Amino acid sequence: MTSPHPWLAVLAGAALAAAPVAALAARSHAAKGPVIYTVTLQKMGFGPVPASIHVGDTIEWVNDDIFVHSATAKNHAFDVELPVKAHRWTTFHAAGTYPFSCRYHPGMTGTVVVTK
Amino acid sequence: MFKAIGFAAALSLTAGIACAQAPNDAQIAHIAYTAGNIDIAAGKQALAKSHNKAVLDFANEMVRDHTAVNDQALALVKKLGVTPQDNPTSQALSKDAAAKLKTYSGLSGAAFDKAYAMNEVAYHKTVNGALANTLIPNAKNAELKSLLETGLKLFKEHQMHAEHLVSTLK
Repeated sequence: MTSPHPWLAVLAGAALAAAPVAALAARSHAAKGPVIYTVTLQKMGFGPVPASIHVGDTIEWVNDDIFVHSATAKNHAFDVELPVKAHRWTTFHAAGTYPFSCRYHPGMTGTVVVTK
Repeated sequence: MFKAIGFAAALSLTAGIACAQAPNDAQIAHIAYTAGNIDIAAGKQALAKSHNKAVLDFANEMVRDHTAVNDQALALVKKLGVTPQDNPTSQALSKDAAAKLKTYSGLSGAAFDKAYAMNEVAYHKTVNGALANTLIPNAKNAELKSLLETGLKLFKEHQMHAEHLVSTLK
């Protein structure tokens, strides 16, 4: 899946190279490196979005619900289809506030705040 | 008084519906499953008859989401060893739904789209009321109650989607 914004890479699906993800996951903020955070969808809701997301960090969306969902930014910065049990990744390359919702169930909402 | 009578009354299906006590889990599972199947059938009718993209998208969502809930419900009753129990509320729902399918089969084009969408609003409103006021409060099993609660969140989304759909149809 591609993003209309070149500064925001949306990494999705099995095509995602495993090695870079593992490398990202192995780092920590203590090392000033990118971090992968998990946001889990359950029972018609997004789980808590971490407050300390920095430029370069990634959110791993995990759909643990029984319904198909999406994580869709209001400003179209990302639009991630989330089939049941899917894991998808969004990496943030610019600071900002990203309100998002599920395209199919707009009452499901959240906000990602990315700082430098 | 059986709270499901209130549910059925909301459906204008009071005739012949009576029960001496609150529904048990086997009856609740049957009612919820029946309600889901009814909306799946309505969605499939819309998919066969409509040519409106917004209506088709909505119908696809209904079929997909309600199928997911019902699959989960079937897995749960199997796990719990519960046999869903037919009851007057389920029967009234099915009878009313069959009549609506027959009526709508005679409609086409914009008339069908509008009738389908408006009924989806009314149907979800009624089912949501039943879930909130009767089925969830009376469910004893925690997993069944949790599934019904998730269903209520889902169906509220469907109701809003249906209301939006109605507002876009001429």
